[in-house]
Amino acid sequence: MSMLVADELTKLFPGESQPAVDAVSFTVEPGEFIVLLGPSGCGKTTLLKMINRLYEPTSGRFFIEGVDAHDMPVTELRRRIGYAIQQTGLFPHLRIAQNIAVVPRLLGWPRERIEARIDELLDLVGLPREFRQRYPRQLSGGQQQRVGLARALAADPAMMLMDEPFGALDAITRTRLQDELMAIQRKLHKTILFVTHDIEEALRLADRVMVMKDGRIVQFATPLMLLAQPEDPFVAELTGASDLLRQLSLITVERALAHPGLQPSTDETADLTPLHPQDDLRLALTRLLSVGDEGLVVVEDGRTCGRLTLSHLQAVLRDPALLGAQR
Amino acid sequence: MTYLVQNWRSVGSLVVEHLWLTLSALAIALVIAVPTSILLVRIPRLRGPVLGLLGVLYTIPSLSLLVLLIPLLGLGYWPAVVTLVIYAQLVLVRNLVVGLTEIDAAILEAANGMGMNGWQRLIIVEFPLALPLLLAGLRIATLSTIGIATIAAFINAGGLGMLLFDGVRSSNQEKIVAGAIAVSLLAFGANALLRQVERWSRRGLDA
Repeated sequence: MSMLVADELTKLFPGESQPAVDAVSFTVEPGEFIVLLGPSGCGKTTLLKMINRLYEPTSGRFFIEGVDAHDMPVTELRRRIGYAIQQTGLFPHLRIAQNIAVVPRLLGWPRERIEARIDELLDLVGLPREFRQRYPRQLSGGQQQRVGLARALAADPAMMLMDEPFGALDAITRTRLQDELMAIQRKLHKTILFVTHDIEEALRLADRVMVMKDGRIVQFATPLMLLAQPEDPFVAELTGASDLLRQLSLITVERALAHPGLQPSTDETADLTPLHPQDDLRLALTRLLSVGDEGLVVVEDGRTCGRLTLSHLQAVLRDPALLGAQR
Repeated sequence: MTYLVQNWRSVGSLVVEHLWLTLSALAIALVIAVPTSILLVRIPRLRGPVLGLLGVLYTIPSLSLLVLLIPLLGLGYWPAVVTLVIYAQLVLVRNLVVGLTEIDAAILEAANGMGMNGWQRLIIVEFPLALPLLLAGLRIATLSTIGIATIAAFINAGGLGMLLFDGVRSSNQEKIVAGAIAVSLLAFGANALLRQVERWSRRGLDA
């Protein structure tokens, strides 16, 4: 069953002529990482906040695991959905442990289960357990956002809503947290709706990107599809779709080697800088150009598993089937 | 000083009276101010008129208010308590309203988004965050209540004011000084104690 089905969701704020979200319909499957992308005022945050009913839709309906969200008590709905925001919204008067425990407490979990869960979550988001007794102000911005993530995950919700959670962080911290969020997602398979206006972040994190403009969905597709086949000049402009390097950065060496149109090369000349199957093609191209060789050896765990050449890259960029595939 | 030492028993009972008057007035004032403030936060258009009214009441000189209440409530403890409660309202309500309305919108959004209902949000989030400002108001209210309670001796409400008025009536300098010192000590003590409580309530809030 689909995790989330939205049917003509519309939000018109009082006193405004244009709806912030205009008859939007879409479906999200369990375990998908969806990024809502668009300029400010495009309706992405409004759409997100309709899902946990911080905003009530003016019209339209949505279903969570097949149940009409309007028929659920609003507090119950919200406790079932993890929620993380940019300003973290951590409660400054509560210690880290108490902050993480809020939803489990609201749900009436027994004390021992809550305590065990706090330790588990601190480990998961990479914070030392000594932080339990600290207050949010005693933590750095990145650490606070980790606590925000742990708090949103506390009651093990199937779905998470994240509103520009890394927007206020410096570039290095943001990248690190993106990596860790992806690692956590590989482990937990949550259904995530993640709002951002940062195109790099969207392409990096998303299984599918929902590009929004003026309250409507312009395109809802995989990052690679957005780059390769933008359905709209707006999407093309937003993603800088002509950028080949960006496209290459979204495809792994492994995938290019598996491309059916090419013979696997047998030349096994030893190479000083072998590629790994999980490296992306952007890195591969950079290496190819700097080494000046025709091909590079791909090595995994000491075993050679192929040789990547420029013709692989060309074949991949010409192949729409490969572009449509998910990472 | 010698008066205080020699008459510690009678001064002591006056201190107890004074404390009782102050504490009961503050307790009643809090019971009124807390729900009033919550109401003003939830219904913003009431804020101006109610705070305005409390401001007007606050400007009435205490002696006049005490005397004005005599036809309604007579003499003694009750008119004094009513007067003290009225004076404490402005600072308590104003501080609590400011404390509750100044909470970061992101914090309230997080509380709602996590599935707290109105009461849970008030008890778990809003009230603790407004507490430092409420306690600051309570400290100021306590000091002014201790002071105004002295004047309440004029309408037979008892307390350390009795020493002062007796002293003035009988031209007993020692009594006046003793009364003044006792009231001051009481106020200093209350101030120090409430400062500690305030500091405790701010844990986590100051980085």
